[in-house]
Amino acid sequence: MAGTDAALLLLADSRLPAGGHAHSGGVEPAVAAGAVTDVADLTVFLRGRLATAGLVAAALAAAACAHAAGPADAFDALDAEADARTPSPAQRRAARAQGRSLLRAARATWAHPALDALAGTAPHHPVALGAATAAAGGGPGDAASIAAFTGVTGGASAAVRLLGLDPLAVNRAVAGLAADIDAVAARAADAARGPWAELPAASAPVLDLYAELHAGADLRLFES
Amino acid sequence: MTRGYTPRAAVTAEADAAGRTRLTRLRSDGPLAVRATADAVYLVGAAASPLGGDDAALDLAVGPGARLAIRSAATALALPGPAPSRTTVRATVGAGGRLDYAPEPTVAARGCHHHAKALVDLAEGASLRWVDELILGRHAEPPGRHTSRFDVTYAGRPLLRHELVLDDPAVYGSTAVLADARAVGSVLLAGPDLATDPFTAEGLSVLPLVGPGVLITATAPDSAALRRRLADAETYARGLPETISHHT
Repeated sequence: MAGTDAALLLLADSRLPAGGHAHSGGVEPAVAAGAVTDVADLTVFLRGRLATAGLVAAALAAAACAHAAGPADAFDALDAEADARTPSPAQRRAARAQGRSLLRAARATWAHPALDALAGTAPHHPVALGAATAAAGGGPGDAASIAAFTGVTGGASAAVRLLGLDPLAVNRAVAGLAADIDAVAARAADAARGPWAELPAASAPVLDLYAELHAGADLRLFES
Repeated sequence: MTRGYTPRAAVTAEADAAGRTRLTRLRSDGPLAVRATADAVYLVGAAASPLGGDDAALDLAVGPGARLAIRSAATALALPGPAPSRTTVRATVGAGGRLDYAPEPTVAARGCHHHAKALVDLAEGASLRWVDELILGRHAEPPGRHTSRFDVTYAGRPLLRHELVLDDPAVYGSTAVLADARAVGSVLLAGPDLATDPFTAEGLSVLPLVGPGVLITATAPDSAALRRRLADAETYARGLPETISHHT
């Protein structure tokens, strides 16, 4: 396998100035509910999130990336598919806030017709990520990998901050999910070759509940 | 390989000139039987117990201005068999029409491998109530594999695409997905005059969608608690927040 392009590594880097650090992927409300207290709990939580919300995000990102490679036209229909897979209003707001931030960072970094087509909108994060991946020279498989990977690492680093967990132990736990992340990304990229209507829509009822509880919480460190 | 049943049943409801609903098609097929009563059309018989290898389909059509309620006589038990079992429900609802689909729960018995699929097309101005309750195994047994996929469009746009995959206990048992719930369910309400603010309670979310609909999801330790939670949430989602009860 050839090396990964540095441009794509930028998109997976937690230092990307796209506001990702403000979101915990549901880890903060899970901590507040007592469902995540240590590294073992965190691993259980992240594995479930990866196979549900993570898979859906990766598939949408791959589809957006494939769409970006064609003639630059509207992403509205794909964004509507993201809405239909995100019943929680709090999760839709978080996805659009992150999408807007990522789009801003991507447009400041790369020029691409797909980024122009999204200009002035607040797309769902995976839609923005797919377009940004195309702009950075990547393909749908890259977009799916970055979406699946950053979904896990974002939650993991949030847990380190919230619970004061040992960063080395958390890193080992994330590494233990690497094969799962790759499998989810591969499934997502495969699904993105089919019609948008049939993209994965795996739900996680507890994540949805947490997202709404968190939106109504008085005291919180993360936006979502 | 043993072949299972492949029944194809259908119900069509149309409004006559006076606005009364007539059942203009009521097709039973082998083990998948439909029976009309005064209030609803009931799914009866083996339709309620998909065995591995079975592939059952039900087509529902509700014409403009017509009303149709679907119920079932008993809990459906998804059972193991030589191959995965499938049920597919397709429904269309015309403008001003209303479909109320609320069969009894499905129990995913140990060893089952079931795929449940529902595809609903709502015309602009149509309304829908769609109840889906799943029990994870009979008493004190682990569930088999069960995948449900629910796709709903309204006026040609996607309103909800929702899957629940019980395949890997490390996933569905995760604290992000179902945690230790033994029952999970949802009610989709689509149409006018629904709640526009989300609401949560223990094991319960009321989630207003982008399109004209509200998705209620609930998890619970058992089927009775699940039904209470869904019923409470439905009261709220219909815009009657002061009537929500406190036993969730």
